[in-house]
Amino acid sequence: MRRPVRTLADVAVVVALAAYAIPFFWQLLTSFKPEAELLRVPPLLPSRLTLSHYRVVIEQSLMPRALGNSLGIATLTTLVALVAGMPAAYAVARLPLPGKRPLLLAIVASTAFPQIATVSPLYLLMRALDLRDTWTGLVLVHASFALPLTVWLLAGFIREIPIEAEEAASVDGAGLVRTFRWVVVPLLAPGLASTALLTFLFSWNEFLFAYTFTVSEASRTIPVALALFPGVFEVPWGDIAAASMLASLPPVLIVVALQRFLVRGLVAGAVKE
Amino acid sequence: MTGREAAAQRRALVCVAPTVLALGALTVYPGIWVLWLSLQHRIPIFDVSRFAGLENYAFLAVDSRFWSAAHTTAIFTLGSVALEVTLGVTAALAIHTVRRGRRLALSLLLLAWAMPAVVAAKLFEWLYHPAAGLINVALGRYSINWLGDPAAALPAVILADVWRTMPFVAILCYARLLAIPADVYEAAQVDGAGRLATLTRITLPLLGRILLLAALFRTLDALRAFDIMFVLTGGGPAGTTETLTVYAYRALFQTLQLGFGSALSVVVFLLVMAVAWAYLKILRTGAVAA
Repeated sequence: MRRPVRTLADVAVVVALAAYAIPFFWQLLTSFKPEAELLRVPPLLPSRLTLSHYRVVIEQSLMPRALGNSLGIATLTTLVALVAGMPAAYAVARLPLPGKRPLLLAIVASTAFPQIATVSPLYLLMRALDLRDTWTGLVLVHASFALPLTVWLLAGFIREIPIEAEEAASVDGAGLVRTFRWVVVPLLAPGLASTALLTFLFSWNEFLFAYTFTVSEASRTIPVALALFPGVFEVPWGDIAAASMLASLPPVLIVVALQRFLVRGLVAGAVKE
Repeated sequence: MTGREAAAQRRALVCVAPTVLALGALTVYPGIWVLWLSLQHRIPIFDVSRFAGLENYAFLAVDSRFWSAAHTTAIFTLGSVALEVTLGVTAALAIHTVRRGRRLALSLLLLAWAMPAVVAAKLFEWLYHPAAGLINVALGRYSINWLGDPAAALPAVILADVWRTMPFVAILCYARLLAIPADVYEAAQVDGAGRLATLTRITLPLLGRILLLAALFRTLDALRAFDIMFVLTGGGPAGTTETLTVYAYRALFQTLQLGFGSALSVVVFLLVMAVAWAYLKILRTGAVAA
């Protein structure tokens, strides 16, 4: 193809994808629209932009609290899943682990596990342990649910690292822990980032467990707060739009700024067998 | 076994211990508990708790709401997976042709996938607004009450789900396209294959396996989907968007039938496992080229 045609084709694809993202951009525009113009469409574009919906959401709703909860719970979930998952992934990838095949099978099978299947016993368990409506309860559930994928991804990334570096370290007399800390972890960094992003997104977006195990603003995460967003007499579409934008802020930042790691993690999770 | 080998094995076991313990306590144990719960008649608010054997399952067989939910689940799953795969392949092929601006293209694509399903539900609730929704504004006088009309609600929910999850299929296909060596295409060109022949004879067959995998993941997700319909329609209108998972959730936490709801959850679990097994069987037989 000639160059101008080529460029035109590129532009067409990008425009088509921008059109695909219209539901998001429309909500973004709505979040800045004056209240009086929300239900008067057309015209599509507002006469002026306003921050009033964001002001309401930040000053009068429980969204800021939910944002804090989500940030805390998703970060802790990621840390717990990585700390527990890394040694397991290393053992699966490199060490003479007895019963490796059944363990791998269990890990793959549990990634297919539907949440609805365990939500009733987990609810009873949370109640019995007094962990309902706490960060701890949700972090434990999210981390254990994310663990199979974490181990699976990390094991794949560890297998990609040339084994010679570890053998050299072991010849030099480094023990397992030191080899892992100083040889494997630095080489694993990009894979670790991919895995961390996917775990973080899982916990940030998760709804069923969060909805069931939270009762108040003490632990309510952002998807739950958004689903329960209150309207007194009528639906506050502008405020909901602003709250939706706040809820999608971290995912959007990850997609834009850390795309490479995200795509790598997504692909690795599906392709490695 | 030498002492050294035994020590190495012990260390490996210590490494997996936290993961095994966590999965045991928070996945396997609840997984067995739910089976036990499903064999009971348990309604805490009436202080009812007795062993019921297979009564809950026997009731399911004659429960019209269960069969309606199963039907809805089937349509939702087939509809959304078919659309996602078709659109996903198209999007991947389109992005693959882009020379400049791939990063931007991928960002726009992944936007929908990365956000919480609850946000996607809110975006579509606004798009489907009877008077001010973008879709009805575009349709003009043919406007439809998307979420209130029993005939339109399920397609509306499917559309919202497809929008959010198609990018996942597209990304997997796109990665596979990147991995096809250029000389495959050059050879086709030398043999005089046109663009259409190259697409149908070379590109699509090479995508077969990854598409099957993507379809597997998406089918499993669609079978257990909950957030999107729970937030968008709550299972309504007139139960037309109530899937098995939504029914199970409502039985568990809205009508508080812990035993019966657990039986429904077990059915969802068995369904997911059966479908996963069937897909893996197809992947194993190698009916689809790698």
